[in-house]
Amino acid sequence: MKKANLVRVAVQSIRKNKMRTLLTMLGIVIGVGAVIVMVAVGNGAQSRIQEQIQNLGTNMIIVTPGSSAQGGVSQGAGTFNRLSVEDAETLKREGTLISAVSPVVMTRVQAIGGEGNWRSSVNGVSVDFQAIRDWQVSSGAFFTESDVRSMRKVAVLGSTVAANLFPGGDPVGQQVQLRNVPFTVVGVLAAKGQTAGGSDQDDVILVPYTTAQTRLAGRSFIGQILAGTASAADIAGAQQEIRAIMRESHRLGDGENDDFTVRNQDELADAASGTTQVMSMLLAAIASISLVVGGIGIMNIMLVSVTERTREIGIRMAIGARGSDVLTQFLVESVVMSVLGGVTGLAAGFGGAALLGSLTGWSTAVPPEAVLVAVGFSAAVGVFFGYYPARKAAALNPIQALRYE
Amino acid sequence: MENRYVIRVEDAVKTYKTGKTEVHALRSVSLIVEPGELIAIMGTSGSGKSTLMNILGCLDTPTSGRYELDGTRVDGLSKNQLADLRNQKLGFVFQGFNLLARTSALENVELPLLYDRAGRWRDTKKLAAEALDRVGLGGRLDHQPSELSGGQQQRVAIARALVTQPTLLLADEPTGNLDSRTTVEVMALFQALNESGITVVLVTHEAEVAQYAKRIVEVRDGRIVRDEPVRGRRVAADDLREMDEPTLEAAA
Repeated sequence: MKKANLVRVAVQSIRKNKMRTLLTMLGIVIGVGAVIVMVAVGNGAQSRIQEQIQNLGTNMIIVTPGSSAQGGVSQGAGTFNRLSVEDAETLKREGTLISAVSPVVMTRVQAIGGEGNWRSSVNGVSVDFQAIRDWQVSSGAFFTESDVRSMRKVAVLGSTVAANLFPGGDPVGQQVQLRNVPFTVVGVLAAKGQTAGGSDQDDVILVPYTTAQTRLAGRSFIGQILAGTASAADIAGAQQEIRAIMRESHRLGDGENDDFTVRNQDELADAASGTTQVMSMLLAAIASISLVVGGIGIMNIMLVSVTERTREIGIRMAIGARGSDVLTQFLVESVVMSVLGGVTGLAAGFGGAALLGSLTGWSTAVPPEAVLVAVGFSAAVGVFFGYYPARKAAALNPIQALRYE
Repeated sequence: MENRYVIRVEDAVKTYKTGKTEVHALRSVSLIVEPGELIAIMGTSGSGKSTLMNILGCLDTPTSGRYELDGTRVDGLSKNQLADLRNQKLGFVFQGFNLLARTSALENVELPLLYDRAGRWRDTKKLAAEALDRVGLGGRLDHQPSELSGGQQQRVAIARALVTQPTLLLADEPTGNLDSRTTVEVMALFQALNESGITVVLVTHEAEVAQYAKRIVEVRDGRIVRDEPVRGRRVAADDLREMDEPTLEAAA
């Protein structure tokens, strides 16, 4: 039998059972649709996280207080905070691959000024901070090197703080009180939005780190040191260099562990997207189960169909169909059904992902290869679950099949 | 062997084994059918006539003995070769019509052409339409079996058997499900086809139907017990004319 005829015969008999075909296809439609939606959600979350990490700044290296061990008992990260402003200054002085360094002195204060008060975090940073975080000012200017050296009481407000303290007005030139110390607002930062973790990056007040240390004493500590390199290629070398300098200035012996952690942005991104990747794999795996269930549905229907059409198979064989013709016909029927279901499911998946995106505000993205995988996989389901019934049909004895009532 | 015979069966034996007991469906059958014959194979149920018909129809092969169809040795062929032979040399007409449901008359008749492996047929739709025309159903190409009367369904089945221009038309109780008038009509069609040169083998248990054949072969207990020309052969067309209601012709 010619291939074109084969497909025609199969399509003819699919058409003859529209309702049954639709119901059988539904299993595959739901399966493929569910997989596509899940992949879209997972993929969307991942690309959003990547975007947010990129948003932190470019070529950024982060040094955080690391764990220390006492007598073999690990104390956990940050137990002994040994990061200091001097570390940042040493890195700035001795680093060759590092183009910018800024300590981040962190404290929380009640800021008073303009039309009210607002509790926010105050970060004491150096001028380099702006370059490392790639953070523009929307109004005024960032403080200067001389502000840092002279410990001037100047502040740059994050957009959230500016909006809360000075709604509708320009805070530049105004005063804010941080722990009863008046600071002059010199600039307002451009909005950056939320971090991957969901916290508001714009809810911050930047002051020179020198001023923070002297004027805002109290529970101020160096949460982290940020460093930047001129190009992405320098990052790995710069990390090595930072580690060496830090070990030396902390006077760590050969056998001692680092009391700090050096990470770059990609590592942060990997850690974050690793989690979502596991999540989206899990979601897709659960969704694939429905695809398998859909395949079993096809097998079930095809088996019923073989029994129901025993006489038809007998007729076809009597007029010259070979076993292989019957096998191929049933196989083509199940593949056509599952691929049609797969394509419909693909459309349903795209629609579902878009709907879910607009309802929940999650970003969704269907990777282009998922289209091929979905269609290919549903065809494979058709072959896999259609083969057994098809072989059963092909093995029928024409004499008995013709007599079947 | 020359191609003189359409069917040449020599000493065919068919034995079925069910458990430990052996059933001798055919004990020893020899039969020759020449081109242009219209032969009726008769017998009661259990006589072995169905087994003989299955063997003649290449649906089964004899346990021993020799069967040639149109010069081709059939015994010992594989399943696939048998299927090809059925497609190329045989046309089947069954008692229960055996048309594909929810499939138009045209598509039913076209089906055997689609299963041809030699690529002999080109315009399969046109050939199918011609075959339906030949059995007087040229105006009902798009009707489905459920929309046709029994006699019409059997004509579709005959058209399906004819469409591949087979060497042999094999009809298994073709009138078993038909009333007496339609029976005569269908027999008239077989006789007309036979007149045009087609060899026909009818399997039947009805003596009246066998009277329309040229030759009767009777099978009993797996053996041929009678093989003789029909005396007082009836002509279906004449019988139809004798039936008094010519208006029914159009209705059927």
